[in-house]
Amino acid sequence: MATRVDALNDFCAIVTEPIDLGSLAEKVRTGASGAVALFAGVVRDHNRGARVDRLEYEAYAPMAEEEMRAIIGELRRNWALDGVAIVHRTGRLEIGETSVAIAISSAHRREALEACACAIDRVKDTVPIWKKEHGEAGDDWIVGDDSARAGAATILPGANRSARRRDDA
Amino acid sequence: MFVTVKFFASYREMLGEDQLLLDLEDGFTVGDVLDILKDRYPILADQGYMPLTACNLKHVSKRHALEDGDEVAIFPPVSGG
Repeated sequence: MATRVDALNDFCAIVTEPIDLGSLAEKVRTGASGAVALFAGVVRDHNRGARVDRLEYEAYAPMAEEEMRAIIGELRRNWALDGVAIVHRTGRLEIGETSVAIAISSAHRREALEACACAIDRVKDTVPIWKKEHGEAGDDWIVGDDSARAGAATILPGANRSARRRDDA
Repeated sequence: MFVTVKFFASYREMLGEDQLLLDLEDGFTVGDVLDILKDRYPILADQGYMPLTACNLKHVSKRHALEDGDEVAIFPPVSGG
């Protein structure tokens, strides 16, 4: 499994520079890929009814990259994928900037779309990254994310179905 | 044995430092480290002190037994994305 996680088309990183979505999508695409699913998490200008001015992200970078590699391994056990890239940015981010991006390629769209939805839920659930919100409500560390766990519960049964389908084939 | 302890996000800010080195007796666990920190930093006791913990880059429970050279990390629930 370890070699598959580190396959040529897989990539994960904590970065401080802006994330280029186009080049990330290109990084995972192979000649066999018929679909590339791309998710971008973007800094929005409000949260819980209050204006947000900017976010500041902090990561435990070496552990975050370990966790991302584990997530890629988990995705590859559940779906037939060509390439997976997970990138999260840290530092000060302004409204509209991309904080996290996931690009996944597969032969057909369903695998890439399902895996991508699962991947962002897993990232929000286990990867050691934290955000501090600066805005109308003050400067506060955001603690956890309940929506991630709710999302993961609805996605994982689909993952199991895909695994069975592949085993039957 | 020596163990490095790293703090992140709200814990880093609360304690005013991002890491420290602890000299521990053999057999100490991650939970023992949390108790030592609570004694050293009374502010932790006031804050609903329930951090998540990792050892050598992996999530671990409070019962995890430490070894010389381990890197422990203490942080709030994650909020990336």
